[in-house]
Amino acid sequence: MTLHWNPEQIDSLLRDMASALESMDGADEAGTTALVGIESGGAWVARALNERLGKPLPLGVLDANFYRDDFEKRGLKKSIKPSKLPFDVEGAHLILVDDVLMTGRTIRAAMNELFDFGRPASIRLMVLFDIGRRELPIRADICGEVLSLPADQRVELSGPEKLEASVQAVRNGH
Amino acid sequence: MTLAPPSSRVQLTDDGKLRHFLSLEHLSRPLLEDILDTAAGFVDVGGRAIKKVPLLRGKTVVNLFFESSTRTRSTFELAAKRLSADVLTLDIAKSATSKGETLLDTLRNLEAMAADMFVVRHQDSGAPFFIAEQVTPRVAVINAGDGRHAHPTQAMLDMYTIRHYKGGFEGLKVAIVGDILHSRVARSQIHALNILGAEEVRVIAPRTLLPADADALGATVFTDMVQGIEDVDVVIMLRLQKERMDSALLPSEGEFFRLYGLTNEKLCHAKPDAIVMHPGPINRGVEIASEVADGPRSVILNQVTFGIAVRMAVMSMAISGQESLAAAQAAREESGHGH
Repeated sequence: MTLHWNPEQIDSLLRDMASALESMDGADEAGTTALVGIESGGAWVARALNERLGKPLPLGVLDANFYRDDFEKRGLKKSIKPSKLPFDVEGAHLILVDDVLMTGRTIRAAMNELFDFGRPASIRLMVLFDIGRRELPIRADICGEVLSLPADQRVELSGPEKLEASVQAVRNGH
Repeated sequence: MTLAPPSSRVQLTDDGKLRHFLSLEHLSRPLLEDILDTAAGFVDVGGRAIKKVPLLRGKTVVNLFFESSTRTRSTFELAAKRLSADVLTLDIAKSATSKGETLLDTLRNLEAMAADMFVVRHQDSGAPFFIAEQVTPRVAVINAGDGRHAHPTQAMLDMYTIRHYKGGFEGLKVAIVGDILHSRVARSQIHALNILGAEEVRVIAPRTLLPADADALGATVFTDMVQGIEDVDVVIMLRLQKERMDSALLPSEGEFFRLYGLTNEKLCHAKPDAIVMHPGPINRGVEIASEVADGPRSVILNQVTFGIAVRMAVMSMAISGQESLAAAQAAREESGHGH
């Protein structure tokens, strides 16, 4: 199994994802279609994806930490960034982007936050890596690579300029 | 009532997280910066279609106001509601304690209602410390102003405002003008500015409105407004607290305005891009002229907006600290049973 993805390999995954997004059905021409990256890795991926699209989309970032269901267990993360959605969420077709999909809880938190900005017409999910271990019925519409990792390993993305990823041992038990 | 003990011992968990928020004395610069950074995440919540985040959903916040206040009470109430907490506001001056119930009886009753946080405003210095030392574990206490001692959330919203407009504190000269003697806000502002690294903090007031230990406050004292305001980046005007003056400390309000009231003419001596702040409510024509209060350099209303975000930050960090304390306690008990 590959344990490291260099910038060229990440670029290849992103180009495939951008191509899949452009050929995806269902984006309503009449409404806004926008990318929403989840801080911080998802925001890096969303920005990189947008650069690889033939026609860039409006781009927003979301920090879903105020919406997580494990606040009581993990406490408040330091340096939470304000969410910025520079378009009208009401009636928009949103492409939610994250770097890694695991339990699905971050995606749930992000969707809860999106609905506090308005009622989107649709939400689709794009992730760079899907490492399974789902705890909620959430799946990605477009995925760069599906991995099967032991419970004590996680894939971590570094960036934001040069995106690289590697499999790391789990820290702090989360 | 006992005066404030060293605040870090009461306010912080063993690993340095905020547990109560009572005073800025002895708190660290990283912690204050953490509060400001967390508040930045909350500022935009007020502009959303749904002005709420679910962080304190299911928690109960009790506003205990032993001293009347409209603005502070309503911003704390709004901050708690924007965090999705259930909020109970008690005007204690008019309720149980006036029927003979002691403060401790009142606290025990509120704890029995499963309160998670007390926001306390009290006319006596040290009252929130006393309450923080008496409450059961898992209840956070936030000081919303005690006597002449401290008003830490007001000072932090002022720091947020300064950082927002000036980018930081390095090299900043800040003047605090007016009734320093009665102002818990001024005391907390001076602590905050010194901790956060402002270059110079000045207090400007007539001798009768300066505390006897003014020099020990950590600020340079001026009794001449024009000299004091020279070349400053920030002017913080204080409210003349007429209700706290039990003796004739001033010849007249007109005389005070002439010597210490902020007019455009006096403001010319500050830096051209200086901002003007005021904790409110303002006495127009007493400590500040309307032309300044409503003028382009005034950020007084922005202070109010930022105040909600800063209070949201402090409340969520204190609840988070209590949760981590409870988790550590549970882990200790579990390992104890394990042996």
